[in-house]
Amino acid sequence: MRTVGLISAGMIAIGAILTIIRVEKGPSSLDRIVALDIISNILIIAVALDAAVNLRRETIPILAALALVGFISSVTVARYAAVEPREARRIKTPEEVAAEEEALRREEEAAALAEAEAKAQRDEEIAP
Amino acid sequence: MNWDTIADVVAAICLLLGSAFTLAAGIGVLRFRDLLSRIHAGAKPQVVGVILALIGLGLRLRSASVIATLILVGLFQLITAPVSASFVARAAYRTGTFDPDELGVDELTEDLARARNPDDEG
Repeated sequence: MRTVGLISAGMIAIGAILTIIRVEKGPSSLDRIVALDIISNILIIAVALDAAVNLRRETIPILAALALVGFISSVTVARYAAVEPREARRIKTPEEVAAEEEALRREEEAAALAEAEAKAQRDEEIAP
Repeated sequence: MNWDTIADVVAAICLLLGSAFTLAAGIGVLRFRDLLSRIHAGAKPQVVGVILALIGLGLRLRSASVIATLILVGLFQLITAPVSASFVARAAYRTGTFDPDELGVDELTEDLARARNPDDEG
């Protein structure tokens, strides 16, 4: 039974890795959520395999809970799925994220500066 | 050779088959080229794999209360997998994630056209 468990665990692990590669590649959020749905099912099989090899009974309720709530994520994402522009269909690189954050920060700083200047001008008008 | 050994052997075969179906689902979701085929890989082989693993687990533990829970889990799988698959497929159609021209059979487009123009029969 231990050998069977090891072989099965190996196959499940390879399947999970291939699925995670699809999660990373996308290209649309629907592809990703389909792959994540498979991941949750792989989790069910992994828990069942562990219970079968080690003769556990206390993990059976986990199976029921996972089977009940596993589909909610994909239904939710499908409900709110919107048309995605082409360039949104990949994960951004760290450099791109840093550049965007830098631009956002500059914008905020400029806005804060403009506000401070406006406030100073108002104070000046009131003060004399 | 008693019944316990036979049940364990059948359980081992079921667990191996279930894992093989999971592997097939992983390969399918990675290799298939459009979203609808990937939904197919996520819905069908995956559910068969889960149910085979549950049968294997039930044969291995051989207890009535565990088997009752496992039947419930299998039923939930059979109910929820088509729901999520059809929701994702409908959302894919709505957002234009796949090209309807590539489909062999596309009854939804015809039905939608008929719903818009009820007079236009055919």
